[in-house]
Amino acid sequence: MTIAPEKHEVAVPTKQWQGQSVPRKEDKRLTQGQGVYVDDVKRHGMGYLHFVRSPYAHAHITSIDVSAAEKLKGVYGTLTGEEVASLTDPFFQLASPPGAHVKDYALAVGKVRYVGEPIVAVVAETRELARDASELVEVEYEPLEAIVDARVALDDAKPVLHEDSGSNLMWNGLYEWGSWDEAVAEADKIVKIEELHFHRFNSTPLETDGAVVEFNRGVGQWTIFTNNQFPGFAQIMMGPAMRVGLDKLRFVTQDIGGGFGNKITSHPQLTVCCLLARKLNRPINWTEWRTDFHMSMSHGNERWFHDTEIAVKSDGTLLGFKTKALDDAGAYLRYEPLGGVIWAQVTPGMYRWKHISLDFTQVATNKAPCSPNRGYSRMQHLWFTERMIDIVARELELDPVEVRKRNYVRADEMPYTTPNGCVYDSGDYAKMLDVALDLIGWDGIEQRRAEAKERGKLLGVGIGSTLDSGTNNFGQSRMINPELQFSGNNEVATVKLDIFGEIVVTLGTTPQGQGHETTAAQVVADILGCSVDDVHVRSGHDSYWNSHAGFSGTYASQFAVTGLGAVKGATDMLAEQIKRLGSVILGGVPEDQLELAEGSVRIKGNPEAALPFMACGAIINANNAGLPEDLDVTLNCRYVYRPPFEVPDLERKYGNLTLTYATQIHAAVVEVDPETGYYEIVDYAATDDCGVRINPQIVEGQVMGATAQALGAVQHEAYEYDDDGNLLTPNFYDYHVPHALDMPPLETGYIETPSPFTPLGTKGMGEGGGAGIHAVCAALQDATGATVWDSWNPYKRVWEHLNRPRQIVEVVDA
Amino acid sequence: MSDHSITVTVNGVEYEREVEARKLLIHFVRDDLDLTGSHIGCDTGNCGACSMIVDGTLVKSCMMLAVQADGATVETVEGLADGDELTPLQQSFSEHHALQCGYCTPGMLISATALLRANPSPSEEEIRKALQGNICRCTGYWNIFEAVKAVAK
Repeated sequence: MTIAPEKHEVAVPTKQWQGQSVPRKEDKRLTQGQGVYVDDVKRHGMGYLHFVRSPYAHAHITSIDVSAAEKLKGVYGTLTGEEVASLTDPFFQLASPPGAHVKDYALAVGKVRYVGEPIVAVVAETRELARDASELVEVEYEPLEAIVDARVALDDAKPVLHEDSGSNLMWNGLYEWGSWDEAVAEADKIVKIEELHFHRFNSTPLETDGAVVEFNRGVGQWTIFTNNQFPGFAQIMMGPAMRVGLDKLRFVTQDIGGGFGNKITSHPQLTVCCLLARKLNRPINWTEWRTDFHMSMSHGNERWFHDTEIAVKSDGTLLGFKTKALDDAGAYLRYEPLGGVIWAQVTPGMYRWKHISLDFTQVATNKAPCSPNRGYSRMQHLWFTERMIDIVARELELDPVEVRKRNYVRADEMPYTTPNGCVYDSGDYAKMLDVALDLIGWDGIEQRRAEAKERGKLLGVGIGSTLDSGTNNFGQSRMINPELQFSGNNEVATVKLDIFGEIVVTLGTTPQGQGHETTAAQVVADILGCSVDDVHVRSGHDSYWNSHAGFSGTYASQFAVTGLGAVKGATDMLAEQIKRLGSVILGGVPEDQLELAEGSVRIKGNPEAALPFMACGAIINANNAGLPEDLDVTLNCRYVYRPPFEVPDLERKYGNLTLTYATQIHAAVVEVDPETGYYEIVDYAATDDCGVRINPQIVEGQVMGATAQALGAVQHEAYEYDDDGNLLTPNFYDYHVPHALDMPPLETGYIETPSPFTPLGTKGMGEGGGAGIHAVCAALQDATGATVWDSWNPYKRVWEHLNRPRQIVEVVDA
Repeated sequence: MSDHSITVTVNGVEYEREVEARKLLIHFVRDDLDLTGSHIGCDTGNCGACSMIVDGTLVKSCMMLAVQADGATVETVEGLADGDELTPLQQSFSEHHALQCGYCTPGMLISATALLRANPSPSEEEIRKALQGNICRCTGYWNIFEAVKAVAK
């Protein structure tokens, strides 16, 4: 019935589109190289931007001379920090003091604070020439001592990165719920862990950051073609800094080559592009080189946990814990110190702890700035939680499975309110654990351990349980700064019926492979009674489409709730309007006697009396004379989904911080070579519960991808720095991401516990991969007997576990 | 920097262009020929997003200069489908959800195509070996193995 340019030959489901593994609408273009990624956008006269970057981790800039670069034929111009400081204000800081005093500009002003920090931007007619010309920029430095270890950042003898902040302390907050004294009073044992460390890495999307920016001088507006995944955030950072209203910053995305949170904080570079597009009066292309990305973008938060104490009964009942978290933010705050509160979404992990005390301190160091990375800040905390479980189990000589089952929040307790006021919506953790254990063959594991031993191998098995909290309540940001005026969340969709009956959907989101075009079409097709082939979902984001709101973007596990909630809302509105119109055209038949089916509105029980969508679209858009005056029908519906949230209680740091809690339980079996520390993951299971699955195949794809990233992170990937602050892993030679030959055998399983709080029973998902890190750490502990104290366990570290295990655990009677 | 005149046949179309001696084949194809289906993910020859078939041999086109391709026949992802008709491999990638963001996909398809031409019935081990030079950060590769297996004879 509609003009549908892309027919997929999708089989029509018997019941509904939701719940089916519908092939993705995106795939036809992406398998033919017809995607449009940011570097594919070309403009006449476009100049290519290259950044001159700091070779020092910490230094005063004493002089900058761009004259030789500017004289080179084919160079269009440059931009320096000095110009940036006069043309813009420092970016708004989320932090309360002392972090609030950090002055962060789009280019370094007066000082550099990490190797790779952009100092000057050079624009030339080719990529190669821009790179050559940047070599001609003369910068002189006075080097300072670099701080690469967060543990010494607050020493008085150490230099201060941001003088305006007074010290390297960026943020500190004490979180206390329940009563530690009560926990101790009830406990039989206190297990003490001196130090645990979650390492620095990120998801390294294969496409690096980039933009093509053009300036329309007549209206003073920039169009920013980019792969930034959270335009709402970039806009509110850039507008005030550039002293322009947000309407002057038009963000456009289409296909994005992976994001994983790493593409949220490109606003400094986008600002440079904007300033140069205006200064040079030409479009600017900025495409990061791989090394640029590794040196300067979006490292995941590195975190230490010191002086941990766990109050536990002899039978393994967990009562409480306390710890000091020390978070290394790198050189600038950008999205930080939000990591200082985001972890609190999953404060007790999946367990029924009642008494929790966590003293969170974030410091600046001379390393690349941190920003969200898949599992942002919760992954660090959940790894810590899982480490506690396995260390307690070992010290008390209890079975880690039993300790988990004894302490997991139970299915019959859902929805469960955590000690800090978060509401876990649904789940059955114990059942999922059984599924995972079954998939790795838990029952025969002791026999396999014996067999491995005969072959000279140490077999270990480990469990990683994780929550993927989704749909943020941005009110939690006020816990790190009460002055912030953020709360709640929102997402937008528009759905319209056009002249020839085309159903056109726009989203405020910026998908990076999550298949939004497909899942949105499934929801629309079910409500309108048509095929997914009839639903055209526009690709990407354009802030000119009026389909975005302050929190629009694709991040933090929320599309299935916020994005599809908006799609459902807008489509429900459209369905209602179609019926209202149908009622008029079909001679006043009451709307409740109408139904939408087969691409038409028709009288129930009389399919012959039908008005096709094509006629509806034509009447409203192009043939509307004579319609009743009071018929308020546009067939162009916009809906803003707003989840039900309250502003948290800031005094008690109490409230519901996210709407949904998807669950992952992973189990790993490893075999370690005791001579070398080399190990292999010989069996692996990943189970997932994200409530109702709109497209099971897409959900499973996310589970697999997140698992692979976790396995890369725990085995290989790390942003390591030397003592002078040089990054040792600035490319894919040194930063080893998993390859085809690295992948272990994988079994996946799932259960579905629908969320009672969301429009479709869905939960946000996609970030649950941290479970893989936890599971492998637990398995290595099981195999080696050593306390696995770091989230990064390359073979050399496992050799250390075997030969020089750290003695960092002590058990005392309570 | 000296310019050189080169003639390259890409997906059956002959192109004659002046290029700088140092220009990489991938930049030539993307920027000069506007064939943007092949991507760049690393600059060091690790990721394979720029994979092409040059005179029948699988190459990473960021590891080759455009001038080295003078007189060569090049195949890129844009040349796989017959008009709108996807190859069985492309179709299989979609059916098995072997792609998410799609950025590595063109290189992955080209590498798998080269494999299947040389060895129409590869084992899983052979598939893994053939694709070890192509990085994917979204899928964990498992569905990619399945997609290739499904079209292996």
